Amino acid sequence: MSERTEFILAMADDELILGWRNSEWTGIAPFLEEDVAFSSIAQNEIGHARALYELAAAELGTTADALAFDRRPEEYRCAPLVELRRLEWARTIARHWLYETADEIRLAALKASDDPELAGIAAKMDREEAYHRMHAEMWIDRLLATDEGRTRLNEAVDELWGPALGVLDDELRPELRRRAEERLGRPLPDVDPVPRGAHEAALAELWEEMTMVRRSAPAGSQW
Amino acid sequence: MALSHKVTEHDVWEALAEIPDPEIPDISLVDLGVIKGVDVDGERVRVDFTPTFMGCPALEHMRRAIEEKVEQLGGEPEVRVLLDDSWSTDDISHEGREKLRAAGFAPPAPRQAGKLELVQLQGAAFRCPYCGSTATRLENLFGPTPCRSIRYCDACRQPFEQFKTI
Repeated sequence: MSERTEFILAMADDELILGWRNSEWTGIAPFLEEDVAFSSIAQNEIGHARALYELAAAELGTTADALAFDRRPEEYRCAPLVELRRLEWARTIARHWLYETADEIRLAALKASDDPELAGIAAKMDREEAYHRMHAEMWIDRLLATDEGRTRLNEAVDELWGPALGVLDDELRPELRRRAEERLGRPLPDVDPVPRGAHEAALAELWEEMTMVRRSAPAGSQW
Repeated sequence: MALSHKVTEHDVWEALAEIPDPEIPDISLVDLGVIKGVDVDGERVRVDFTPTFMGCPALEHMRRAIEEKVEQLGGEPEVRVLLDDSWSTDDISHEGREKLRAAGFAPPAPRQAGKLELVQLQGAAFRCPYCGSTATRLENLFGPTPCRSIRYCDACRQPFEQFKTI
């Protein structure tokens, strides 16, 4: 597999798995607006995953669905940050904000790349991601506005900082640190990035659920 | 099927203008500006199309609708789905914007140079499609479909759907 295809798959896996995690808030978010927001964000992320899988599938001679659902959990290339099941609001917001900030940095690099296909998809994704970022920033403002919110957000960010660094390649990590430290107004821990492939146990559980219908249906089923 | 006349690009554009957006049927795909090009070569008709949002669940439905329209004209369709930066809400036609407003959707604000900021969306520059007041506020960046936000009009006390600017 080419380096380009590996990169595309990693990004597609990030978007698919985070989309899945975000969709877990559908129906049970703290209030209705957040039900709608996380469901809509999930739909966008899964749409991005589909486009990226199609790009990879064309090179690998397979289909987007096969890439999304027919691989074993250990074959996914997503960052552990997106795998975590975090049904606690401060951690959900911290993960959302850290991922969207990292994603913005990654998309900016892709938009400037000399690969027209990837630059085009990145630019189209970025128009949608702008709304995810505004949503995340709005919540950071809200949590930073109270002592309890600030404490819980800071704890969550410290806990997720290693996995967050793992979303980006080496050369883009300093920019994530710069932006996150500036926003929180404090230095972040000096920890090693948690690399892609170091899967969390939570991924296997998610995979069981996500691929259940496809695995139970006879090959060639039409939906 | 014997063709009474050769398919022209004009015929194709006219036929595509009859395809409603699956989620906002008051507006057509041509009004939305998502048909990026039509190329006729004999009976072969290539249509370049881009989804408004990439997670659009109606993508296959729209592709099929385009193919059917071309087939009805007697052409052989080839629909290409473009995933690039070629569409923004600024591409919605003037007519399309009016149709949106009449259907109760506030049309998207024009894109501005530079980054879209939350503070702009929280501002009062958005007009209620029902009463025309600008005393409106952002309720939720997200709405019932990816392309819409929810705002509330303090003048007529109605929530309404605001087409996102992207």
